Amino acid sequence: MSGRRGRPRFENRKNVKAVIVRVNGAQTEVADGSTLAQLLDRLRLNANHVAVEVNLELIPRERHLQFCLSAGDQLEIVTLVGGG
Amino acid sequence: MTTDLEVRAEDSLQIGRHSLDSRLIVGTGKYETYDLMAQSLDISRTRCITVAVRRERLYDENGQNILDYIDLDRYLLLPNTAGCYNVEDALRTARLGREILRGLDNPGADWIKLEVLGDSKTLLPDPVATLRATEQLVGEGFDVLCYTTDDPMIARQLKNAGATAVMPAGSPIGSGQGILNPNNIQICLEYLKEGDPDYPVIVDAGVGTASDVAEAMELGVDGVLLNTAVAHAKNPVAMSLAMRLACEAGRMAYLSGRIPKRLYATASSPEDGVIENTRPR
Repeated sequence: MSGRRGRPRFENRKNVKAVIVRVNGAQTEVADGSTLAQLLDRLRLNANHVAVEVNLELIPRERHLQFCLSAGDQLEIVTLVGGG
Repeated sequence: MTTDLEVRAEDSLQIGRHSLDSRLIVGTGKYETYDLMAQSLDISRTRCITVAVRRERLYDENGQNILDYIDLDRYLLLPNTAGCYNVEDALRTARLGREILRGLDNPGADWIKLEVLGDSKTLLPDPVATLRATEQLVGEGFDVLCYTTDDPMIARQLKNAGATAVMPAGSPIGSGQGILNPNNIQICLEYLKEGDPDYPVIVDAGVGTASDVAEAMELGVDGVLLNTAVAHAKNPVAMSLAMRLACEAGRMAYLSGRIPKRLYATASSPEDGVIENTRPR
């Protein structure tokens, strides 16, 4: 869990394999085994303003620190917008 | 007789676990700027505003977030499933909305405005899919506020499926055609409130101008949900005030008990004592 703060960029580290996931339809490179919390940090998203699905399953905020991403994961990250 | 002030003080709207002291629910979409939105919401005196759930725009550091313009201590958020065309998407969107509202600590996390649309041209609801999604979401503990047509039969089925409120459209979303079939709205009211007078029925969609709101309220609906009629008015803030006044006027007229319509006239001034009677035979 170290390195959650401070905008980690795992893919630049040595000895860490990068894998591809899809975030809102776009290919995104993340370090293998990095957590959802780490990804949100890197995207500079406030975890309290978004909700996240991985492979169609809602991952509640409380699980973001433990939830590890794997190659090929399909993520939806949503927030609120104006609507009627 | 109750005075109008007393009527107003006691006249809050209960929907599920929430008590609202305004009968107007206002959407947050389609305003030219967030400032105009915030001013329009403010003057409407609404307590409840709808929001949509959409993909976060990533890598856009300058992107404004609607949450920066909404006072969460003041407004109860009502997330919607707008843009969903099947049960599964509506369920996913409802769950995602609840998760966001939990993060915001907004009490609106327990309810959802359910829309399951049939096609993008009419934006009319798919009644069968709406019913299925309602059953599922009720089972998951949501208070479900169902956007539906003005059809009394499907309205009744939605209530029986456990919907917290039924919200028939006056006319298609954003069309501004007002209440196209007041008779159906009346039948919906009669069926849904039979033996259950506090069951909330809300006209959702179709409002074009203030008189549409007044008409809906005079029919006896519990509230009106609108968006485009304010957001796309030439002056959204002034139109928002007009909507609030119309909502209050319509509600007051409904509570006051209108006179029945008659085919022929009844004189307001005494018939007796008219000078030199010149009445035609």
